[in-house]
Amino acid sequence: MSSLLYNIKQGFIQIFRNRGMSLASIFSIVAMLLILGLFFVITVNVNLFTEVVKQDYDQVEVFLLEETTNAEAQELMAKIKARDGVTDVVYRTKDDALEIMKQRWGESGYLLDSLGENPLPASILISVESLDNAGAVAAYAGTLEGVDDIQYYQETVEKLTRITDFLQIGAMVIMVFLVVVSVVVVSNTVKLTVFARSKEIEIMKYVGATNWFIRGPFMAEGVIIGILAALVSSGLIAFVYGKIVETVGAQVLAIVSCPLISVGYMTSNMVIIFLALGASIGAWGSLLSMRRFLDT
Amino acid sequence: MITFDHVTKKYRTNIGLDDVSVHINKGDFVFLVGPSGAGKSTFIKLILKEINADEGTITVGDYEVSSLSNREIPMFRRKLGTVFQDFRLLPKKTVFENVAFAMEVLHKSPRQIRKQVPQILSLVGISDKAHKYPDELSAGEQQRVAIARAIVNNPQVLIADEPTGNLDPDTAWEIMDLLEQINLRGTTIVMVTHAKDIVDRMRKRVIAIENGHIVRDESGRYGYKGVESVE
Repeated sequence: MSSLLYNIKQGFIQIFRNRGMSLASIFSIVAMLLILGLFFVITVNVNLFTEVVKQDYDQVEVFLLEETTNAEAQELMAKIKARDGVTDVVYRTKDDALEIMKQRWGESGYLLDSLGENPLPASILISVESLDNAGAVAAYAGTLEGVDDIQYYQETVEKLTRITDFLQIGAMVIMVFLVVVSVVVVSNTVKLTVFARSKEIEIMKYVGATNWFIRGPFMAEGVIIGILAALVSSGLIAFVYGKIVETVGAQVLAIVSCPLISVGYMTSNMVIIFLALGASIGAWGSLLSMRRFLDT
Repeated sequence: MITFDHVTKKYRTNIGLDDVSVHINKGDFVFLVGPSGAGKSTFIKLILKEINADEGTITVGDYEVSSLSNREIPMFRRKLGTVFQDFRLLPKKTVFENVAFAMEVLHKSPRQIRKQVPQILSLVGISDKAHKYPDELSAGEQQRVAIARAIVNNPQVLIADEPTGNLDPDTAWEIMDLLEQINLRGTTIVMVTHAKDIVDRMRKRVIAIENGHIVRDESGRYGYKGVESVE
C-alpha cells in the first residue's frame, strides 16, 4: 500500500523534474484523444440516429388519398395482409397522425394547434417480416387503388449503417496510428527519467529488487501523464460538445426528429474510455522505455 | 557454495571462459587474479547472472544459476552482495539512506531499517558519518558505505570487483581488514584484484585466470607468471 503511494509520489516528482517533455507528451496525447473524441461524438450520434430510424425500418407506410373512405381502406388492408412477408397492418387515421406528430414535437407541439385543418393524410402501417420484404410489399401497395404515396426506410437505414461502419473503421485505423505514436512519445519522455536514474536502477538490480518494483515509479509517471491528458481532452470535448448542443437547441432537434446524445451521457462515457486509453498508453510507454534496462 | 562445472562462455570475437570447472566452499575467501581480459569479469558476471554461460552449469548455494528464469533472478541476487571499484553510491542520498535503500528495495519495514542500518554502519566503522553525503566522504569511507550496503541484507556471498582499485595502500588495507572480518562472520567472499601485495600478504586461496582458463588454483601468493609478457 505504502509502495503504491511511494510510486505515485515518485511519478509526480519525475513529471515535475521533466516538465518540458512531460507537457509535450501530455499535449500529444491530448491531440490524439481530441481527434478520437471527434470520431467518437460523430459515431455515437449517427448510431443513435440510425437506431431511431430503425425503429421504423420494418414498416412500410402507405399514405392514402384524401378521398379514400374507411371501407375502402379496410379492403386495402385485407389485401395487403394477405401478402407474403406481411406480419401486421394498422390503420392510422388523420387524427392519429396529428397526435403522433404532436407527441414527437414535444414541447413545441402547441405549434400544430394553430393549423386549423389537419393536413396529414390517413395511412396504413404495414409491418414486414424483414427489411428485404419492404421493397416488394411497397411495390405491390403502389399498384392498389386509393394509394397516394409510399414511404419506407430501407435505403436510409442502409446508408446510415454504411456511414457508421465507415466512421468506425476510420476511427479504428486512425486510433491505432495515434496510439502507437503516443506510446512512443510517452516512452521517450519516461526514458529521460530512466537514464537520469540508471545508476539507481543498476543498484536496485544488484540488490535484488524485482523488475516490477523497479518499474513502479516509471509506470506511475507514464500513467499519470496519460490520465492528465485524458482529463484535459475529455474536458475540452465536453465543453465544445455542450456548446454545440446548446446552440443547435433541443427543440430544433426534436422537430427534425434527429436527437443528439446528452452532454452528461457523452461525457461520462468518454471520460471512462479516455482514462482507460490514456492510462494504458502511459503504462505501455513506460514499459517500452524500460525494456532495455531490465533485460537481464 | 559456488561451483562451475565445465563452463564455457564465448563472445563474438574472443573467449571469455573456456571449459572452466572450479568449486568454492562456503566461508571461503578467494582471490581471482589475472591480466585484464583474461576472463575475471566474465567469471563474476556469470555468478551474478548478468550474462549466461554457453555451456556447462553454475551453482551458487541452492540455485542452479544457468537455469534461473528472469523472474527468479531478483530472489537469487538477494543471496549475493556486490562491491565495485567505483563504489556506485547514490550521490543524492546520505550514507544512511544509501544503505537503507538496499533494504527498502526488499520491502523491509521502516522499524527494521532503523534498527539494522546503524548496526551495519558501526560494523564497517562509519557510524559518525551516517548523515553525510557520499561526496563529503573520503574514498575509503565511500567504499565502507558500499560494503555496508552490500552486506546489510545478509548475503551468503560477497562479490568484490577490485574493491581497493581506487584506494591508496593504507586505506586499501583497512578495507581488506573489514572484508576479512565479514568473511569471519561466515560470508563467502570472491574478490577480483590486481593488487599483488594484498594477495601475497593475505595468504588466501588464489585462482588465476588467463585466456579463459584457470592456470593456477592454490592457497598463497599472487604469482601468476608472465603478466608483463602477455600481449
